[in-house]
Amino acid sequence: MPPETSTSSAGGKEGSSGPSSKKNSKKPKYSKFSQQELPAWKPILTPGWVISIFAFTGIIFIPIGLASLYASEKVVELPFQYDQKCIPSEYSNNAEAYIKSTTTNKTCTATFKVEKTMKSPIYVYYQLTNYFQNHRRYVKSKSEDQLRQKSAEEDTDDCKPEARTPDGQPIVPCGLIAWSLFNDTYKIKVKGKHLKISKKNIAWQSDQTKKFGSDVYPKNFQAGGLIGGAKLNESIPLSGQEDLIVWMRTAALSTFRKLYGKIETDLEANEELSLVIENNYNTYSFGGKKTLVLSTATWIGGKNDFLGLAYIFIGGLSLFFAVCFLLMYLFKPR
Amino acid sequence: MELDNPVGNSENFEPAVNSSSVRSAMSIQSRGSSRNSTREVNFGPPAADSEALSTSQKEISDGDARLVHINDPVKTNERVRLSGNSIRTAKYSIITFLPKNLFEQFHRVAYIYFLIIAILNQLPQIAVFGIGVSFLPLTFVLVVSAVKDAYEDWRRHQSDKIENNRLASVMVDSRFQKKKYKDIRVGEIVKIHANETIPCDMVLLSTSDPTGVAFVQTTNLDGESNLKTRYAKSETLSLFPEKESINGFIKCEKPNRNIYGFQGSMEIDGKRSSLGPSNIVLRGCEIKNTNWAIGVAVYCGQETKAMLNSSGAPSKRSRLETRMNKEIILISCFLVTLCTVISVCTAIWLKRYKDDLNLLPYYRKLDVSSGKAKSYKYSGWGLEILIAFLMSVIVFQVMIPISLYISMELVRIGQAYFMTRDTKLYDEASNSRFQCKSLNINEDLGQIKYIFSDKTGTLTENKMEFQCASIWGVDYGSQNADLGNEPVSVDGNILRPKVKVKVDPELLQLTRGGLKNKEGKHVCEFFLVLAACNTIVPLLVDTSDPEVKLIDYQGESPDERALAYGAAAYGFTLLERTSGYIVIDIQGERQKFKVLGLHEFDSDRKRMSVILEFPDNSVKVFVKGADTSMFSVIDKSLSMDIIRATETHLHNYSSLGLRTLVIGVRELNPLEFEQWHFAFEEASNALIGRAALLRKVSSSVENNLCILGASAIEDKLQQGVPESIESLRTAGIKVWVLTGDKQETAISIAYSSKLLTGDMAQIVINSNNRESCRGHLHDALVKSDKLMAMPGGANNIGGSTEPVATQIALIIDGTSLVYILESENSELEEQFFQLACKCSVVLCCRVAPLQKAGIVSLVKKRTSDMTLAIGDGANDVSMIQMADVGVGISGQEGRQAVMASDYAMGQFRFIVPLLLVHGHWNYQRLGYMVLYNLYRNAIIVLVLFWYDLFTAFTLTTAITEWSSLLYSVVYTAFPTIIVGILDKDLSKRTLLKHPQLYGAGQRNEAYNEHLFWFTMADTLWQSIVVFFVPLFAYWGSTIDISSIGDLWTLSVVILVNLHLAMDVIRWAWVTHAAIWGSVIATFISVMIIDAIPTFPGYWAIFHVAGTRVFWLCLLGSIVGALLPRFVIKFVHQYYCPNDIQISREVEKKSVNTTRVVGGGQLEMLPIR
Repeated sequence: MPPETSTSSAGGKEGSSGPSSKKNSKKPKYSKFSQQELPAWKPILTPGWVISIFAFTGIIFIPIGLASLYASEKVVELPFQYDQKCIPSEYSNNAEAYIKSTTTNKTCTATFKVEKTMKSPIYVYYQLTNYFQNHRRYVKSKSEDQLRQKSAEEDTDDCKPEARTPDGQPIVPCGLIAWSLFNDTYKIKVKGKHLKISKKNIAWQSDQTKKFGSDVYPKNFQAGGLIGGAKLNESIPLSGQEDLIVWMRTAALSTFRKLYGKIETDLEANEELSLVIENNYNTYSFGGKKTLVLSTATWIGGKNDFLGLAYIFIGGLSLFFAVCFLLMYLFKPR
Repeated sequence: MELDNPVGNSENFEPAVNSSSVRSAMSIQSRGSSRNSTREVNFGPPAADSEALSTSQKEISDGDARLVHINDPVKTNERVRLSGNSIRTAKYSIITFLPKNLFEQFHRVAYIYFLIIAILNQLPQIAVFGIGVSFLPLTFVLVVSAVKDAYEDWRRHQSDKIENNRLASVMVDSRFQKKKYKDIRVGEIVKIHANETIPCDMVLLSTSDPTGVAFVQTTNLDGESNLKTRYAKSETLSLFPEKESINGFIKCEKPNRNIYGFQGSMEIDGKRSSLGPSNIVLRGCEIKNTNWAIGVAVYCGQETKAMLNSSGAPSKRSRLETRMNKEIILISCFLVTLCTVISVCTAIWLKRYKDDLNLLPYYRKLDVSSGKAKSYKYSGWGLEILIAFLMSVIVFQVMIPISLYISMELVRIGQAYFMTRDTKLYDEASNSRFQCKSLNINEDLGQIKYIFSDKTGTLTENKMEFQCASIWGVDYGSQNADLGNEPVSVDGNILRPKVKVKVDPELLQLTRGGLKNKEGKHVCEFFLVLAACNTIVPLLVDTSDPEVKLIDYQGESPDERALAYGAAAYGFTLLERTSGYIVIDIQGERQKFKVLGLHEFDSDRKRMSVILEFPDNSVKVFVKGADTSMFSVIDKSLSMDIIRATETHLHNYSSLGLRTLVIGVRELNPLEFEQWHFAFEEASNALIGRAALLRKVSSSVENNLCILGASAIEDKLQQGVPESIESLRTAGIKVWVLTGDKQETAISIAYSSKLLTGDMAQIVINSNNRESCRGHLHDALVKSDKLMAMPGGANNIGGSTEPVATQIALIIDGTSLVYILESENSELEEQFFQLACKCSVVLCCRVAPLQKAGIVSLVKKRTSDMTLAIGDGANDVSMIQMADVGVGISGQEGRQAVMASDYAMGQFRFIVPLLLVHGHWNYQRLGYMVLYNLYRNAIIVLVLFWYDLFTAFTLTTAITEWSSLLYSVVYTAFPTIIVGILDKDLSKRTLLKHPQLYGAGQRNEAYNEHLFWFTMADTLWQSIVVFFVPLFAYWGSTIDISSIGDLWTLSVVILVNLHLAMDVIRWAWVTHAAIWGSVIATFISVMIIDAIPTFPGYWAIFHVAGTRVFWLCLLGSIVGALLPRFVIKFVHQYYCPNDIQISREVEKKSVNTTRVVGGGQLEMLPIR
């Protein structure tokens, strides 16, 4: 076998050996890399290091936790769950019939008190529970292309069963998400005066500019036999339909809030708020709760004590270990 | 003519086998080898033992024959188109690359699994990922492997091209013309000049030598660097194809891969003669010391023996991988459990909301778009459950770590790179690097418990040196010897043997004295036998001094070379050998002896003989052979006392570790000679059963010999062997030596190599029948129990000072092993194994090659410990292939062992750095890597799974589909590969200084069930923290799927990279780059994915990263997840550290202290 080809796989390295090539030594060239002697940092877990790491973690985490808790405490939140309250007593055993009926009066009023002063901006959320916006069928049931550009109007393949009208016209926006658009409305009066709930800038700017076309107008929407939720003003392009855009950013969890609007005025403590709720949205069939939430925001966002508690716990645990190891190191060295 | 060329007719010319069988002359028990030959052991090259050859001498039937018309390629190729001479080592062409490569890659079960998953995903009912995405991981690994294969194949194409376009002189129109290799066809006549490579397998017609001898070097074929002789048939010697057309044909066997066998016949002008392996020269060999040779191409291209032999060693699978496959089955079960949970939950959920499904806003089964009420995408309760199950398999597919297979491959390539590049494993003497022939078992090197070592050429150098002789009952030792090499002057040139040999002055005096006295006569005859009775070819090598030339003895057996050099040192210099005569310079006087016949060595007779006609026309038979075979053919009546004395000397020599041969001579009277000559001629010309016939003929002259004496050759220990064995033993590795040598030789070598020490108790088992063997074994067991119970000599293994039981050495011979290995699972085998386990050293003497394999398989069968076999000769091939790891030593005996081995190196002592350093590292690295890979894939799957519990079990993934598939191939793959290649737990120096550290591998410390379950528990905890911290932090908030998905993606990636970072021991810049680079790459990837407007998660990362909660969640979940691991790691390392951790601290401290002392001190601690 000639040397070059004997190489196939096994013979490769010895192929060129032979007395004639004895001169060219095959001694591997020395390099720090090939001899695995690259300079390296070799940390070792010494008690000093470990105790410092734990102490440091504790010292960092506990203040963060406290700050988070404080921030969360400062958030003023006014939740008002209305799904049961807004059912007339005669329908209390048959909420579904009430909500489905086109003849019943859906308006419902209530009053509640501001417990603490709320500084603007005050966010108005609606909170739904047991509503799986993250359901696989639901999440997929939309057409990104159709929402973005007019030319892709016909692109409704993923939208079934809300893709087309029975006569074959494409529905814009198609799909279950849009179809099930939340349609309860809220009005808030303070001392008999309507409080302005701003619906501007409640959606992500990025969605408005890139995901929802400014030349795409609703078409054949909620025109079928089954009405899922809100209707859209056909003269406003999708990029202007902020409620829809908010709704279509599907929530990660089955209990979620969505921004309804913002109140740009402060609310004083002990002020009486009267709510006028159009209770249209059917969550009764699957036992979902509906809550209206007024909330201020701090750097931590809405009210949530968990993060603060978690940080304090982790920090505390770290400190505990730091102390433990210190004691072990001092009193029971190995 | 016939008489002049007897060797040319000798049919059992078996180049490579010969060398090993010369050795086995002194060793192999005929009973042992024949009884055991039924045992199935896979030899690399076909076992070319003389018996096999003789059966192959049957007439070839026409159907199995190839008919080659000399110098008539057209006619030759008429009936069947025979393969042309172009060769192809490349596997693929451009067209076949894709299908063939894919086909080969899909031999892996894991790939098929992923293919099935990807195909499942194409069903609209259960599609989870987009079409492109679902094929992504599989495509990635396929492409990586394909690119690697394509590159290798391209290089093969290049070398094929060069090879095929080389030029050779080929006879065209009665003239030799240059022709490309690839155009040579069977039947053509090719002329080769000195130092040229032979382009195809050819039958020699004539050579520049008048007797038709050609010398070939077969380095490229079997690695042997010595010259071999090939002969042209006498019938064709005088033919000159340039002048007259040759009319004839050759009938030979179909192409096969036996490089030591060839048979056929040639008919020229109606005269028929037989062809054997000595008449053919093979492609790839080189012609040396012969001006030219002419031959007929009989096998071309792919059909040449060289090409038919170019296949690699059988692949083995490593222990760690076997174990890993078990865990992967466990993980598969876990995967099935997860999927079952999902489908059961789906079932319950669907049942519960059965009535609402039609109008549930997020389900909406009812489809009225066509005017009529239909069900949309709902296949009934039962089917929906099945679909849920299948979908969850798709979503959780990364649980089976596809990337692990590819990373393991890459890591092993990296490890192999470092092993071959290690300057400590480079052998200066043979200019050979360490070679990794098998890439699959690198980590097994770190777990070896048993080493089975050959002796000759492995523990010893196999550079034989003539040491002393017993001649006519007198022992001429070489106590006060000085180096001598007698220069001989010939034609004004001074010739000097290449190798200097120690000579005994007394003996030298005797040889100088010549034939004056009886003593001198015997001495002279003795050395004459040494110089003549061999197959050595002397070559003259030029030196810097034009007057002086060196005589280089070329021969297949190192023993013969040593004897020839020895004879030369005493003034009997072999100067010339042709097939017809030899020229020996006897004390300055040139004498020519006619060689009348030569009976080559074979392993049954274990001797060889040559029949010489002296200048005074007397005819003598010279015989040399192993003592056992020689004493049976010596005429005992002649000189009993001399035989006795010789026997005693033989015993002394072998207990000094010397290899012995007995020399005999006999004068033939004319009648005897005639009888023999007739029989010899007949046998040499026989077409059938030539070997057997020749053997029979030999027995007619190899009898009633007069003993001359015995020679003793020293086989020096290789450098560093005692130290290596010491290290290996400290490392807890049991070293068994399996040798073909005599017991005394073996024991003495064992002593000098520190295998046996004075304070060991020896148990010797030599039995001649099964019953005594049984008895011996039983007694030995009882004895060993007693010895074990009683404290013996100091033992410092592990540095313990407690009294340790006496170490026992077991010495057993081949005959006893025959009975032990006779039947599988016999009681004897069990007893032997129990006994051997108690012994720290086992020495098996006089074992046949197949017995070596039998012993290895016996141990392999009965323990789960890893075995390694190391050897250098053809007789070690079976053992090397049988053991878990086979190591070949590229030494004096050719490359058969190397070819069959998994790793090849130049010296025995390299086994220490190989096992203790590289093996240790490989094992630690790969063990950690497997665990880590299982962890990193499981954690992402668990995070996906937890999320599914919050999506009504519908397998929505918050982590984008791209991220979840890029995760295992891009986000987290590089660091583990880099760490798997580069991380070192301890420095070379420490590992070599404390061989005990090797025990970590033997005890499976880097990868075991404990660690697996611990890792899995840790994975569970980490996945819970990393999933639920964001979940609770964002519960009831406005967070959308994509944002929280990005958070999970990033925190899991950072977490697994930090987890790895925590376990990295040495941080070189590459490690930093890989780990932190991966984290940064992940951030970039997530940002890129979120910058594509058509993806649902458009801009999510930029929104969510603007909130503080995001960063708090990231930090909190990672710290919380790693906390328990960190605590346990520290407590374990600090309060119950294992050897490795202790050594690491010592290492660190020692470096620190030297730093304090000063820079100069650092040089005292070179990292070896």
